[in-house]
Amino acid sequence: MADDHHDGPLLETPLASLHQSLGARMVPFAGYAMPVQYPTGILAEHAWTREHAGLFDVSHMGQCVLAGPDFETTARALEALVPADILGLKPGQQRYTQLLNEEGGIVDDLMVVRPSDPARGGEILLVVNAGTKEADYRLIEASLPEGIELRRMDDHALLALQGPDAVAVLSGLAPDCAAMTFMSVRPLEIGGIATHTSRSGYTGEDGYEISVPASAAADLWAKLTADERVKPVGLGARDSLRLEAGLPLYGHDINQETSPIEAGLAWSIQKRRRIEGGFPGQLRIAGELAEGPIRRRVGLRIEGRAPAREHAEIVDSAGELIGKVTSGGFAPTVGAPIAMGYVVSDFAAPGTALGVSLRGRTIAGTVVPMPFTPHRYKR
Amino acid sequence: MTVRYTKDHEYIRVEGDTGTVGISDYAQAQLGDVVYVELPAIGRVLNKGDEAAVVESVKAASEVFAPVSGTVTATNSELEGAPALVNEDSAGKGWFLRLQITDPAELDGLMTEEAYAEFIASIS
Repeated sequence: MADDHHDGPLLETPLASLHQSLGARMVPFAGYAMPVQYPTGILAEHAWTREHAGLFDVSHMGQCVLAGPDFETTARALEALVPADILGLKPGQQRYTQLLNEEGGIVDDLMVVRPSDPARGGEILLVVNAGTKEADYRLIEASLPEGIELRRMDDHALLALQGPDAVAVLSGLAPDCAAMTFMSVRPLEIGGIATHTSRSGYTGEDGYEISVPASAAADLWAKLTADERVKPVGLGARDSLRLEAGLPLYGHDINQETSPIEAGLAWSIQKRRRIEGGFPGQLRIAGELAEGPIRRRVGLRIEGRAPAREHAEIVDSAGELIGKVTSGGFAPTVGAPIAMGYVVSDFAAPGTALGVSLRGRTIAGTVVPMPFTPHRYKR
Repeated sequence: MTVRYTKDHEYIRVEGDTGTVGISDYAQAQLGDVVYVELPAIGRVLNKGDEAAVVESVKAASEVFAPVSGTVTATNSELEGAPALVNEDSAGKGWFLRLQITDPAELDGLMTEEAYAEFIASIS
């Protein structure tokens, strides 16, 4: 994986020794030693998350605060780097966006939060990918005007509780969580632990992402896993869950070459920004919005049982190369191999038959709408 | 009946001039949940070290190499519907293929059960 390149000793999250005591297989990921699976295995962890509640340690991700004199000033500074409407965020609202380069390619994708607490009026919180966070922070700091600073939250852990039982489990410790809607964020005391919690995630399921001081992370983990509906889930199932949910993975499905429009993320660019522009790569993005991109990210169902994986070539019925797979694997909930990848836009319509090259053979596939499994967000 | 192992974690269980090939228990544990096994055509002639099969876990695809030279006489069709047999019983029901062994002397270059156990201990 592109984000596996890292020199020097691996970093650890505040829960590393806990994962080891649970028998997790630890692997290098984005410079961190992370649990890829626990002894039950990826398929069981995947199914448990879809049916009950999975608990993920995603503390490797980058959490930071942009702190300025007032919300509008901080929001305008961030809007210079991303195409989403940040000014329009309401207190306690989270939004998905992308850091863009001058060519409209994606430097990273991230979550942006406007805190609900009026005392934090000049602040915006970001959650960025682990493998890109140092470069992201440099890019953001270099562009911030005087009076706004980036404060790293390296002393915080991030836990994700995902699945249909997440709301019932968390309600037992924090009754106020049940009233939250998808992409809302608030301070939340969970079993006496102060957290900042959003109703969101990366699995397609209902659930929460919980930012907590590192010193309280193990205590929070213990409180959540005390409920028999909760089991720990590693990065392996996180990947198969997000693939089924049709969610792109940075460094694979989106990167410095792909634009948000090609990636099917136009929904994350709100109307005011399309009209006003003022973000990097706006010419390319405006052009692609008007005329359509030359290639698009699509979902693929693969015939048979053999998974098509990243880098596999996609061909048309005449055998001509029309694209490449960027993520793929066996989808446990679908019960079949699925993939996502980029194809020339003429081949992007659902139902289009195409082929995927696999070990010298061509396997039949079909373009299908994403997500592969329905999202179950609490709107 | 003898079992021999390769450094790539294949086993071959030898009965007469027939060998049953699969992957070791250590290998299946390392791979994690197996979701697909691609098996060779019956009658295919394999040289020692040739790619004989591909085993796909949720995370990745791995090649399985012929431990010795031979001709494929049978493959485990049960794996098509139940690839998890590789995890559940790698030494038994999770076998991959049978070979008519070309040159039994090639077996001498493989590890015994004890040597393989030591090899595993040395790498884990």
